[in-house]
Amino acid sequence: MSAALAVFIKECRESLRDRRVLLNSLLLGPLLGPVLFLVIMRLVVGRELEKAERPLPLVVIGAERAPELIGALRQMGVEQRPAVIDPELAVREQRIDLALRIDADFGADWRAGRPAQVELLYDSSRRESAGDVERLRGMLDNYSRRNGALRLLARGLAPAIATPLLVATRDAATPQARGALLFAMLPYMLVLTIFIGGLWLAIDSTAGERERQSLEPLLINPVPRDRILLGKLMATTIFSLASLTLGLLAFLVVGRFMPTEELGLTLALGPRFIGVALPLLVPLVLLICIAQILIAAFARSVREAQTYLGLAQLVPLIPSIVLSVLPVKAQLWMYAVPLLGQQLAIMRLLRAEPVPTIALAMSALATLLAVVAVFALTRRVYDSERLAIST
Amino acid sequence: MIEVRELRKSFGSKRAVDGVSFVARDGQITGLLGPNGAGKTTTLRMLYTLMRPDAGTIHVDGRNAQLEPLAVRRTLGVLPDARGLYKRLTARENIEYFAALQGLAPADARSRSDALIVTLAMQGIAERRTEGFSQGERVKTAIARALVHGPRNVVLDEPTNGLDVLATRSLREFLRTLKAEGCCVLLSTHLMQEVAALCDRIVIIARGQVVADGTPEQLRALAGEHSLEEAFMKMIAETPTDPAPAGGVA
Repeated sequence: MSAALAVFIKECRESLRDRRVLLNSLLLGPLLGPVLFLVIMRLVVGRELEKAERPLPLVVIGAERAPELIGALRQMGVEQRPAVIDPELAVREQRIDLALRIDADFGADWRAGRPAQVELLYDSSRRESAGDVERLRGMLDNYSRRNGALRLLARGLAPAIATPLLVATRDAATPQARGALLFAMLPYMLVLTIFIGGLWLAIDSTAGERERQSLEPLLINPVPRDRILLGKLMATTIFSLASLTLGLLAFLVVGRFMPTEELGLTLALGPRFIGVALPLLVPLVLLICIAQILIAAFARSVREAQTYLGLAQLVPLIPSIVLSVLPVKAQLWMYAVPLLGQQLAIMRLLRAEPVPTIALAMSALATLLAVVAVFALTRRVYDSERLAIST
Repeated sequence: MIEVRELRKSFGSKRAVDGVSFVARDGQITGLLGPNGAGKTTTLRMLYTLMRPDAGTIHVDGRNAQLEPLAVRRTLGVLPDARGLYKRLTARENIEYFAALQGLAPADARSRSDALIVTLAMQGIAERRTEGFSQGERVKTAIARALVHGPRNVVLDEPTNGLDVLATRSLREFLRTLKAEGCCVLLSTHLMQEVAALCDRIVIIARGQVVADGTPEQLRALAGEHSLEEAFMKMIAETPTDPAPAGGVA
């Protein structure tokens, strides 16, 4: 039996008897992503829906000058609030979100058929009130158009005359854009699952063995150290892969409970997604596992390894954040960047868009090259004298 | 047979091993005796190729350890200073893991483990996980896995550390058995009684240098003392600048 295989079997056997490993690799890792995703999605969707239906509180100054307008707004869902003394200041100080001031000449202008003025007071730097402003503007537009049409009719003209241009908006991107953050987060959750799946084995295989004083006896065996490293990498990879597979299956189940339709999102979390995503991610699993082993080999203790690896988990967040803040158009070269490539491909897969085969091949090749490089680096650390010596 | 010549190793400016030479012969138990920090563990680590010497040579059964580390390791059975076991594996699984790493076929691994389990009187603990083992049970398991491939040269770093009287006694018995089988046994210790009770040949190390080398009787005569302990105290107390007597009284 080859030495790498012996190490692999021993690491697997030992890990399967470790409740901590089982809990992390086979339960926490796979479930964390899907559950977190579901919760975030529910929260986001819930807020969006709630906003669209709830009454719109509105401070009105000079309401008595336009009772008909106020009546119409009420019907459309406005909840009138009493006037305040200095509405500009109140908005600036964020005491109120939104105010409507009706001009002193409103009544006279209206009756004379001149444009009657209302003022909308809001703070555009406050993003959470933007939806309300948009809603109110829509209501006012609606009222204005309706009355304009009535006036034309009263003068015997077709209202269509005042509408030389009809703009119909078909914004296909809006619902997807709303889900941009969610889409950018999902690949990270998969990466996190890979991380957690291999975490304990990576720590145990070097920092743990050294701390328990078993690394020195192990390395005295007549086995080249890269074989030992290979066995440990295989074991870490298997657990990480198991974690990822279970995680993908969990996403498949959770996908059924995602309120995607209410948001108008496409979220292709079906068996086809898994069929492409799993092979796509295998090179990344290898890369993350060997990187974890490398980091753990530098640590002097298990605790130190945990700290380092905890920080390392945040690194894959970088492409996620960049992609959600700057929605760049995917260029082909980006697929050759490990992590970023997989991230882009998964985002496309989720939207049920095809991923070019060349992109998949580039991603796999580049990531495997990175695996070879990090393996060589780790091997150097394994060959160093200080590796086994704990004192 | 283990031959060490002019071995040197420094850590930064500290010269841990500073020109150590000795020979450990087959069918003998050789003791490396010295106070803590004398350089015993570093010498042994270079011997079993975990560390590279700055200078000097090591030969095991005529093979150069720096040139053929894997071949040398195959002929060595080592109980290092660090003797951690895998606590989620049974004693037998611990032993058979090392058998696999030594390249033994599964059937050979099993029969060798069985034999060692009997020799070391481990029948009661062989199928138990090593978590919660006593110090003596741990050392037995560590020795069994170190010797599973039947090496002709056995190196033990402070083998009786932490053992009670009974366990120490049975370990000594076992080492005498190895000697009787013709093995070359090399052990390090800081305990006078250990070498007195066990060793055919004593190499005294202090401050990284060999200060004496010979049979217990020769050492007593050399120091002009009746007890070995007095002789030991006298030798390690010599002024640090004193050059080591080359080859001792051998």
